[in-house]
Amino acid sequence: MKNIQPYTPKEIMTIMAAREIKNGDIVFSGTGISMLAAMAAKNINAPDSVIFFETGAIDSLLEELPFAVADPRIMYWAASNSRLTDSFATMQNPITGEKVIAILGAAQIDVYGNLNTTCIGDYFSPEIRFSGSGGGCDVASFVPRCIAFMQHEKRKFVKKLDYLTSPGQLGGKNSRQAAGLRPGGVSVVVTNFGVMRFDKDNGRMYLDKFYPGITPEKILENTGFSMDVSKATMANPPTQTELKILREDCDPQRLILG
Amino acid sequence: MTNSLNKVIPLKQAIEKYVKTGSHISIGGFTINRNPMAAVYEIIRQKIKDLHLYAHSNGTGLDELIGAGCISKLEIAYAGNGKAAPTCIRFARAVQNNEILFEDYSNYMMSLRFMAGSMGLPFLPTLSGLGTDILTKWGFSQSMRKADPKIVDDKLIVLDNPFGSWTGASKVVLVPAINPDITIIHVQKADFMGTCSIQGLSFADIEQVKASKQVIVTCEKLVDKEELRQNPDLNEIPFIHVSAVCHVPLGAYPTAVFGCYDYDSQYLRRFAIAAKNLDEFKKYQDKYIYGVKDHEAFLNIVGQERIDAIKADPRTGYSVNMKRD
Repeated sequence: MKNIQPYTPKEIMTIMAAREIKNGDIVFSGTGISMLAAMAAKNINAPDSVIFFETGAIDSLLEELPFAVADPRIMYWAASNSRLTDSFATMQNPITGEKVIAILGAAQIDVYGNLNTTCIGDYFSPEIRFSGSGGGCDVASFVPRCIAFMQHEKRKFVKKLDYLTSPGQLGGKNSRQAAGLRPGGVSVVVTNFGVMRFDKDNGRMYLDKFYPGITPEKILENTGFSMDVSKATMANPPTQTELKILREDCDPQRLILG
Repeated sequence: MTNSLNKVIPLKQAIEKYVKTGSHISIGGFTINRNPMAAVYEIIRQKIKDLHLYAHSNGTGLDELIGAGCISKLEIAYAGNGKAAPTCIRFARAVQNNEILFEDYSNYMMSLRFMAGSMGLPFLPTLSGLGTDILTKWGFSQSMRKADPKIVDDKLIVLDNPFGSWTGASKVVLVPAINPDITIIHVQKADFMGTCSIQGLSFADIEQVKASKQVIVTCEKLVDKEELRQNPDLNEIPFIHVSAVCHVPLGAYPTAVFGCYDYDSQYLRRFAIAAKNLDEFKKYQDKYIYGVKDHEAFLNIVGQERIDAIKADPRTGYSVNMKRD
């Protein structure tokens, strides 16, 4: 019998990501579900988190959901509207960068949490070309924590990226440090099946939580590389309070939740 | 009025004068905000080709220029058109079909490259991109770089921190300066000399302008010098950087201008749908670009209803509760 959950995959993903955000965090947000996760955190568990856009707006009052990081909706009632050179300096600066948590999406991710947002196929003559790094490579280079939002599919969880756009743990172990990067990069992966993190010693992705109704076996079937699932436990599903705030306060028109 | 400093000319004339076949250009704004669209459409109408475009996160303007075959070389961090096209459609097609030469950077790298250009430096350093393919995959070959004096010999260079481990960094990435032949931006207010006041986010417009050999400013409002001089703190671009000023109301349409109008999501969607099919795209271009003589005529066929729908609310700076596709 099919187990019908009282929430959608998008809703559980948003709540799982929101739970990663702490009070005082500066949340580097994109659009869509990442924006919603930032808003959910602010409304549920981290009221003193700050939403921050690479375009330079800090602590915007989002009366309406923005559709782009250059949407005029992010410029209203911000603490400051600045510019790209300022916003990335804020992330590169370890004093402020330390507080930044980024939410990113990608076409591909590998076992070390490196991301591809550039292309499928050969870089010079790709089968599919995507938008490119934008600020993704920058923030993944600079800040200690990044959440990657992914659909859990074998073609997205790959052994080898077609293009390494944004750094995770690079080749694992101390390779990030050897390349000259600070500790950081993608630290947690939130998918429609579960939550993955990275081993502190070898840098490889492991399964931390699987959602109710999903098994570690199913996750492995949809992952293109081997992954440790031995430590995995079932995630606490979204609470009624979390769902109520998400649905009624964050996206009442279901522009993103669908 | 001191006429020697009067830089106001019609847009058509400014484009003819400053944008040439083979020019290295940059355009202001970010994805669906404050693109100098009137200027972009005028470049397309004048059939200026073989442009080398420098872009951080460009969107609507970039995709129209690529769609019209104006761009032959592109240095870019991101090409997206908001919800209508998360990846710019003509950009993706041009890359997939090998129709343009392109090279990828990050947004910070491109912003710093403009900043280096604005400061008269050959490069600036950053900690971004170490270990990534942005460092290893060069879109322009070494031989092409050497043969073209307007393209720097190396894409990016990694250097050991010359100050030892000062601030904890072991290495830095050096990003080379950009000094475009021409930069075009669209702003809320400018005066006849070219002093500009930008409201809302300035993206990388200021660095782009200050790095550029020539600058065209298009503006919503051409205001008296006295008005801007009352709040000099808001004028991040003084007139000394500007070559030409063109008064073009709704000059960023269909992209947004904070405090003036929103993006037209219906138009952007129509553009995205047309961009997926060459015949449809040609029809679209014939109607909205080649079929009109200037931006005013373009806005006439767009229609007053759309212009009213996107009008910004004075409190928020955008169109409140606008139906967005």
